[in-house]
Amino acid sequence: MALAQQSSPHARNARSTSQVMLWVILAALPGLLAQTLFFGWGNLINVVWCISVALAAEAVILKLRKRPVVFFLKDNTAAVTGLLLGLSLPQFAPWWVSAVAVIAAIVMAKQLYGGLGANPFNPAMVGYALVLISFPVAMTTNWAQPGLLWETAPGFGETLGMIASGQQTAVDAFTMATPLDEYKHKIASHTATEVLAHPTFGEGIARGWEWVNAAFLTGGLILIGLKIITWHIPVSMLAGLALMSLAFGSNADQYAPLSLHLLAGGTMLGAFFIATDPVSSASSHHGKLIYGACIGILIYLIRTWGAYPDAVAFSVLLMNFAVPFIDHYTPPRTYGHHKPRRGVPGKSQG
Amino acid sequence: MTQLWDFSGGIHPAENKHISTTQPIKKAGVPPLLVLPLQQHIGEPAEPCVAIGERVLKGQKVADVTGGMGVPVHAPTSGTIESISLQPVPHPSGMSDWCITLRPDGQDEWITLSPIASYREQDRETVLDLIREAGISGMGGAGFPTNIKLRPPKDRKVNTLILNGAECEPYITADDMAMREKADEILAGLRIMAWILRPERCVIAVEDNKPEAIAALKKAADGTQTEIAVIPTKYPSGGEKQLIQILTGMEVPSGGIPADIGVMCQNVGTAIAVSAAIFRGEPLISRITTVTGQAVTNPGNFEVLIGTPIDYLLSRGGLDENALHRLVLGGPMMGYTLETPAVPVVKTTNCVIAATEKELPDPAPEQPCIRCGACAEACPMELLPQQLFWYSKAGELDKAEHLNLFDCIECGICSYVCPSSIPLVQYYRAAKGEIRVQQAEQLKADRARERFEARQARLEREQQEKEQRRKERAKAAAEAQARKQAEAEQAETPDGPAQPASERAAKAAQVQEALARKKAKAGQPETAPSKAPEEPASEPAPDIEALEKQLSQAIAKLNTMQSMLDDAKAENADNVDKLERAVTKNHDRVKRAEEALAEAQRTVNATEAQTTDS
Repeated sequence: MALAQQSSPHARNARSTSQVMLWVILAALPGLLAQTLFFGWGNLINVVWCISVALAAEAVILKLRKRPVVFFLKDNTAAVTGLLLGLSLPQFAPWWVSAVAVIAAIVMAKQLYGGLGANPFNPAMVGYALVLISFPVAMTTNWAQPGLLWETAPGFGETLGMIASGQQTAVDAFTMATPLDEYKHKIASHTATEVLAHPTFGEGIARGWEWVNAAFLTGGLILIGLKIITWHIPVSMLAGLALMSLAFGSNADQYAPLSLHLLAGGTMLGAFFIATDPVSSASSHHGKLIYGACIGILIYLIRTWGAYPDAVAFSVLLMNFAVPFIDHYTPPRTYGHHKPRRGVPGKSQG
Repeated sequence: MTQLWDFSGGIHPAENKHISTTQPIKKAGVPPLLVLPLQQHIGEPAEPCVAIGERVLKGQKVADVTGGMGVPVHAPTSGTIESISLQPVPHPSGMSDWCITLRPDGQDEWITLSPIASYREQDRETVLDLIREAGISGMGGAGFPTNIKLRPPKDRKVNTLILNGAECEPYITADDMAMREKADEILAGLRIMAWILRPERCVIAVEDNKPEAIAALKKAADGTQTEIAVIPTKYPSGGEKQLIQILTGMEVPSGGIPADIGVMCQNVGTAIAVSAAIFRGEPLISRITTVTGQAVTNPGNFEVLIGTPIDYLLSRGGLDENALHRLVLGGPMMGYTLETPAVPVVKTTNCVIAATEKELPDPAPEQPCIRCGACAEACPMELLPQQLFWYSKAGELDKAEHLNLFDCIECGICSYVCPSSIPLVQYYRAAKGEIRVQQAEQLKADRARERFEARQARLEREQQEKEQRRKERAKAAAEAQARKQAEAEQAETPDGPAQPASERAAKAAQVQEALARKKAKAGQPETAPSKAPEEPASEPAPDIEALEKQLSQAIAKLNTMQSMLDDAKAENADNVDKLERAVTKNHDRVKRAEEALAEAQRTVNATEAQTTDS
């Protein structure tokens, strides 16, 4: 009788990394549904395309790196990267822009740094920032005009055709500037009321976008409820953004109002699904609060005074740089110690 | 209602306690052979005090610790000592250790017991000695000798005495069943310990998943000052540090002991043993052990004699050998696997899990850490398990130590929650071991360096002393020489040095003298040596003949040496170097002698020439 020899603990929790990632994908589905309902088939097609490219790219690079392909593909992390890009790219982004973003994310940002768990930067955001800087026309003119799927949105075939054609700019009739873009560029010469008359804002805060953000918020709350993410990063990020807006942007004739900051653009997707990427974010509770708050502040700074209408990708990447620094100074206080042991060995006490 | 605090982190694993709580505690009976390890707890191993073949009675001491920390071992039943030998013992490494093997004679004959009805009339030290003599060590965890634990440092006053009945690990129900059935004994044991320590507060802490035990304890404690604290079920609430935090809100300082903050924890099983030792005079010869897991058909709790082989105990639990996949001693969070069931139950054995493969499956292959932080969320010590993991894995042990690696209690939660199936605790154990080895080596190296430096200093000192002595001797010799010379000068040429002749005149005089000596010597060879000292000479003149003699001697010696060296070289002897040096030295000597002779001859020739010229 050969008895199994194992080191304790002998009992294990059932939830694996691939299950965690699967939950992330499932929690993002309400957002994808809202995007499809309010902006047409673009995001759904992008998501499918990006996930396919992501899995293919991951398989190839794993093979080149002589790593077990199936073992790593099963962890679902490449699928999540593809999903996040599909959710964030413009609805009519040409197929090759998406492919460049996904390949940059998987090959450069993730695998060349050592693969899962070793990447200092959020892979999806590296891919996004790369195509945003490289193909500004494709990335700014391809946002779908808000319109209900069953009413004004272009049909599935039409959308697929526009994406597959590879044209930098989609058919003008179907696109429209995003609310943040519109507000940012018009407010200098118009009053808030004039700006908000634009159809991109619709009746509420930002037509379609408000529902998409609400859906991502719902999905994020599910993730918190399942203890897949903690509340620290989303709450501090939203708080940072809100406080900046309240402090500097209370005049709607000058700056975009808080409601627009929170419910237009990629705010909720960023707060719950992107900034919370465990690999590239701060690890302790204190660190997460600082990390999230700084992302929120940066988003506001770039949206308001920077060249880009939205800023989730840049802000997350900038704070990714700061993660080792934040982690270094925000260890928790261990039981039985008077204070946390910050810094490096031999240079502090605790 | 007792005020409770919460501790950070913690988990709620599947309890699986119901498996073993359906039946009351059963007696495991007397196995055919009992194996009593001489070391059953931390501290020193006991030394046997019985002989092979000797008949011992139940409760008779068979081994004791003579010096150092430890408690005696007693015979769990009457019988014959069969051997004292190395046997496999319960240990994570599967090692063997010295054990006394006892073959029971079936008579179960007790020694004469001397119970104490009223311990309060005794001296506290006497009672502590009785606890030691009963062989009681902590029955919950590491098995620290109870009598020593009950003697906290003099400057530490225990204000709160906690009886730990939390039993937070899944599967284990030994304390639960003991509390249900032996609540009165637990209270009696607690009272004895409280009498020794005189704390202000006595608490028995039980997790709220044990309502029967709570009811029994409350009934037994009714009318006493003892609090029964019902704490929320959360692993590891029964960890000493966590339990103290739950009940007092205080934290045991890192590297310290609970007594530092005026707290002491004892296990409920220990309280039962103390009560039995005092009121019945019985030493610790049995304990309650849970036999559970899906590979046993008749799980439950057994009152089992110390030394009973686990396989005997498993057979009492109805083991299905085909279903058995993993045999765990202790709980599923902190216990360790056994290679063989042929190891004995010891004083700390609280649970045996005979698990099927489905029940405790082999872990999935380790995946990369995704920094999800689930480990840090759940860590009850508020450590950073993922950072500790990187540093432990990368061998950056100083950084791991800096992040309080040694505060890790190895509760297993981080590994339990890890979605990447990383055996984190194993990494920490390895890193701790590595650091301990390094520290031991460092200590050894430091001592070696100290020894070396001390030796160097001593050698230097001796050298200096030697040098000093040599200088003193040289000085003394020089003084003596000077004195002698002065005396000689005073005696022979009292005013010689006072009238220094011109150099040339002196030299001429010397040469004249030398010539005179030479002539005299040529004429009267026998008398020449005896005459020479009589010659008044402040400086020795070059004596060609003596020099010639010296030279020929030196040449002869050199030749001898040379031939010896040649022989040595031919034989490849090991004194070749020495001889070579000697030859060189002699060679130099010959050369010097030759030069001296040549010089003398030149001087003589010159003088003669001079003399002839003038």
